[in-house]
Amino acid sequence: METKYFGKRIQRNEDPRILTGQALFVDDVELPDMLHATFLRSDYPHARINSIDISAALARPGVIAVYTAKDMGDYWKPGPLLVPAPTAIPGVVFNKRTQVPMAREEIRHQGEPIAVVIAKSRYIAEDALADIVADLEPLDPVVDVEKALEPGSPLVYNDLGTNLASHVQQENGNYAAAAAQADVVIKAHIVIDRGIAGAMENRGLVVQWDPKSQHLTVWATTQAPIALRNGLSGILGLSESQVRVIAPFVGGGFGPKIMVFQPEEVVLTWASMKLGLPIKYIEDRQENFLAMTQERNQIHDAEIALTKDGKILGVKDVFVQDTGAFNSYALTVPLNTQTHTTGPYKVPNYYSEFRVAFTDRILVTPVRGAGRPYGVFVMERLMDLAAKKLGLDPTEIRRRNYLQPEEFPYRTGIIGQDFAKNILDSGNYPATLDKALEMIEYEQFIKEEQPKLRAQGKHVGIGVVTFTEGTGVGPYEGGRVTVEASGKVSVATGVGTQGQGHYTSFAQVVAEQLGVPVEDVRVVTGDTDQFHWGAGTFASRGATVAGNAIHAAASLVRAKILKLASKTLQVPEEDLVLENSEIHSATHPTTCIPLGELAVKANPSRGAVEPGAEPGLEATAYYGPPYGATAGGTVAMIVEVDTELMRVEIKRYVIAHDCGTVINPLIVDGQIHGGVSLGVGNSFFEKLVYDENGQLMNGTFMDYLIPRATDMPYIEIGHLSTPSPLNPLGIKGVGEAGAIPTPAAFAQAVENALADYNLEVREIPLSPNRLFELLEESKTS
Amino acid sequence: MSDLINVKVTVNGMAYEREVEPRMLLVDFIRHELGLTGTHVGCEHGVCGTCTILFDGSPVRSCLLFAVQAVGHEIRTIEGLGTIDHLHPVQEAFREAHGAQCGFCTPGMIMSVLPFLEENQDPTEQEIREAIDGNLCRCTGYQHIIQAVELASDKLAEQRQSVKEGR
Repeated sequence: METKYFGKRIQRNEDPRILTGQALFVDDVELPDMLHATFLRSDYPHARINSIDISAALARPGVIAVYTAKDMGDYWKPGPLLVPAPTAIPGVVFNKRTQVPMAREEIRHQGEPIAVVIAKSRYIAEDALADIVADLEPLDPVVDVEKALEPGSPLVYNDLGTNLASHVQQENGNYAAAAAQADVVIKAHIVIDRGIAGAMENRGLVVQWDPKSQHLTVWATTQAPIALRNGLSGILGLSESQVRVIAPFVGGGFGPKIMVFQPEEVVLTWASMKLGLPIKYIEDRQENFLAMTQERNQIHDAEIALTKDGKILGVKDVFVQDTGAFNSYALTVPLNTQTHTTGPYKVPNYYSEFRVAFTDRILVTPVRGAGRPYGVFVMERLMDLAAKKLGLDPTEIRRRNYLQPEEFPYRTGIIGQDFAKNILDSGNYPATLDKALEMIEYEQFIKEEQPKLRAQGKHVGIGVVTFTEGTGVGPYEGGRVTVEASGKVSVATGVGTQGQGHYTSFAQVVAEQLGVPVEDVRVVTGDTDQFHWGAGTFASRGATVAGNAIHAAASLVRAKILKLASKTLQVPEEDLVLENSEIHSATHPTTCIPLGELAVKANPSRGAVEPGAEPGLEATAYYGPPYGATAGGTVAMIVEVDTELMRVEIKRYVIAHDCGTVINPLIVDGQIHGGVSLGVGNSFFEKLVYDENGQLMNGTFMDYLIPRATDMPYIEIGHLSTPSPLNPLGIKGVGEAGAIPTPAAFAQAVENALADYNLEVREIPLSPNRLFELLEESKTS
Repeated sequence: MSDLINVKVTVNGMAYEREVEPRMLLVDFIRHELGLTGTHVGCEHGVCGTCTILFDGSPVRSCLLFAVQAVGHEIRTIEGLGTIDHLHPVQEAFREAHGAQCGFCTPGMIMSVLPFLEENQDPTEQEIREAIDGNLCRCTGYQHIIQAVELASDKLAEQRQSVKEGR
């Protein structure tokens, strides 16, 4: 189909504000008489609170209030479960323990808030933290996820009698029977460590209770403004119409900003209502390391059963994951791991079992990739080990096992994060492999270049992995499209934006339908007073779910425009053209009416209208997918390992990616680049190191290294398009694509580069230190 | 609480005078005393580069300086470049190359790029990577930023050429 705006590399509408420093972020909100809050956070990961003396802090000039959990009375209670437990899975064990506003009797992770100071300036508030005397009695912390599940371990929750938070078993087919018939069975113990999301903007919140209008306004760095409004109004006993949540420009999300009813939100809205004054809280980077949610520590025992010609008969994966001190976000992360392990392959028999343990660490919620990369890592490692054992080229063993394009929709039989049996809607994995191999010149590399470089003593290797990305899950999103009297168009939707370019991609969708320039479409996201139905920005669903809802609304408006213009111009609808912000006859182009003028006609100020008429050129529509759209791709990576310094340099990075129909390739490329950078961080350096006492050892950007410009390779992207049959626009999400395959490709490439050391990579991340240790071990073994 | 100190400073060509505590960080002064909120705070320990400003023409991290240290100095922030309707060539390049996603690191990134492009008018990709190595970005993987800087260097060259030709 010929398009004017859809599918084009269009510059972003939001950029002039961002580039001139005029974009409003939460910390830019200034209100008269605004107070500033800081939280006293526990240094201990596990402790009993004997007493907290706040009198000296209260006496400090400029301090307005100091509260502890005890001051909150009946308002203090554990928060709601944000994601339900997957009761659709038979036999699921789920012991609910949700986040509390502030620790009351017992502290369960380092960084958990135990008091809040509200003062006239942040400087004074921080001074006052040192005035608080907290008598805390340290308890044995639960740090190691495997030890947490052993008998005799200290307990995070004494009343529970166990650290087991969840236990889930799922099976499709019969793995044991498949393994019994297999020519080879390969086993691997695989460790995946914890990391942060690391958005450049920390969390922030401005809350303003206006006693006169009885209205609460909240500016929050949230990915889920509507969920936050609905929940807060319930917690505070207000009507939803009394609460407005605004997620203005948000400086990166990457998952954890989906968390709602966090201690700061629950405590400060209550405090603002109590004090009748606005309060600002801006998290600092250290707090972000200690108190913002993080992702996973997973330990897998996996195995794969194959025929001697490399056909997969079955896969078994048994793993443990820590959820930290709470499980407010239920099982999204391990369920994503479970559903993405088999990925693009035909695995007739798959057994997957996981246990989730409570530990005295910050709670786990999704971070870009959200469990998917570790499933892919496990599977791809198994495939590599199998290829080695069977003497097959790593690309060949993959090729022999791909689902074929004609096999979709493909039912894996495993229940995922949306609590339905997973269905892969469409895809063409062999084509992504072909494309990636062609781009990286695979044959030439392994036959000519690699032997030549090896002969020069260089340790160069290549890794090629294929992956899937479940995206665009339900339940639904909505959008409202309105043509204004100026001829410009306004669009409102409930999702928030954290840099994904929604102000532009959604405008493109509307511009295409209504024949107006993209810059004349003003999109509002994340303001509950503008649109108040929706779930939020997560699971790479913005473009897919909200994009299709907005498309549906724009289509309805287009129909209204055609109907009214036909009547006004006395031209049949089939002869009307919408372009350049006007409607004209195709056969007599001078017969025309500007769009704005038509909008005024649609909203008469006097006179009678036809019964049932709706005013204006406006429509609201919703879209909810039957199930998620599955994107996918193949990554090929060439690395060189310096065996003296153990630096790994990524020489080339190629990704052949398929996310269906693309609204704006410029934005999609940017999404892939960003995902890859998180994947590179997870491959190399990004590991939260806790000591045996549960103390975080690297909670600054000095010690916890996220990729810099000199760490990143140049990323070469090849686009393929298998439109999703699930939604009218054919879109699949792309937000997590780069993050998912990168660690797996990195491991394969490093192993290949160090082929003469017989090293097997069974963990991620691989810092230079750790790689050195592994290399030394391989020499002695 | 400490006595207040008089701070006179020039920011984006405008003279400002405020009475502040000696411990007030320069970034807080710029953001909350002067209301120039385009300069952002990312880590408060001098690593991320988000708060980068020009201090007498040199890029510095404004979270590692006190406001009193800026007395008598010239500061330039993102607000001192182009406007929404008339972007500076570097800002234009960032827009054309999609060099910003969430936009939080962007002002600091641009303030690092400006003096770099004055010193190095035709940089290589590797030189650009090194120039922005002190500015963290979690959204872009840096690729579009690097392309934006390449594009900006072309735009600035054109601008110099047209000045030379008296256009």
